[in-house]
Amino acid sequence: MGKMTLEDLKKLREEKRRDLQMRDTENKNIQIIVGMGTSGIAAGAKQTLDAFLDELSDQNLTNVAVKQTGSLGLDHAEPTVEVIMPDMPRVIYGRVDAEVARKIVRKHIIGKALLNGHIFDRPAADIVQGKSGKTEA
Amino acid sequence: MHYTLCDFILDVFQNGVEAGGTELAVAIREEDSEVAVMVTDNGPGMDEREKQRAIDPFYTAGGKHPERRVGLGLPFLAACAEHVGGSLNIDTAPGIGTTVQFSLPTACVDTPPLGDMAGTIRVMMCYDRRYEVTVERSRAGRGYVVRRTDLAEALGELESAGSQTLLRDYLEQNERELHRTED
Repeated sequence: MGKMTLEDLKKLREEKRRDLQMRDTENKNIQIIVGMGTSGIAAGAKQTLDAFLDELSDQNLTNVAVKQTGSLGLDHAEPTVEVIMPDMPRVIYGRVDAEVARKIVRKHIIGKALLNGHIFDRPAADIVQGKSGKTEA
Repeated sequence: MHYTLCDFILDVFQNGVEAGGTELAVAIREEDSEVAVMVTDNGPGMDEREKQRAIDPFYTAGGKHPERRVGLGLPFLAACAEHVGGSLNIDTAPGIGTTVQFSLPTACVDTPPLGDMAGTIRVMMCYDRRYEVTVERSRAGRGYVVRRTDLAEALGELESAGSQTLLRDYLEQNERELHRTED
């Protein structure tokens, strides 16, 4: 296969969209926000981002929004990731390497359970107890 | 710390985006003897005093995190360029924007490895802000150009995991083509 053109990319998108549109219509309100500041990049945030894309693709969750931002302000815990989704508290996870990224997809997004060992800022303990229903170590 | 050249490039680019640049251009030229990079933005620019302080690790403009007292992206690059015998030039003016140019010799053992170029360009295209960026990538006479607007039009949007996976495949294929040896 030679150099890809924008036309090739459009065709690929149409093929994928036909494959996936029946399976993935419920995940448009889920956001994964990866901190990509200097310390995040140095700590491997690009690999984290790639792992999210791979796992979301493997799980057919292609409508999930994956966003990038600068530092989330928790440089000691990079790479950091914020997850926003309906019926779950807004959470910042820290020290998210590729393996943790895959766990976040499987446990938080699919299983609707928190990964307590990596929660660094939100939610506060009372919010976790009160709203999310279940927690998971 | 294991910084790659791509990490330096992304850091300089992100400075331009976060400073409020809406039109950015990146040129990455890889030759036998050097890697040369130019990142241009139309952000607020800097006066001479700010420009000198931009390579001071114990200074930050503080816009993103007012409590923070360090800014390490450009200082790391300046230290690296000096250490390996490369060059760094910052051309900037208030109200005009900033151009950061650097080149690093490939022969020096301390020059960082290039890193994940396809992943870096993908990240440049997908910050959650309104801006346009054109990336010109070349290696030994071959090259390709990508523009954010064109990619967004081809994929419909650049936000979903599905679009970003396709964008990754697209850029990786074009990078492989740059590295392909002639039959």
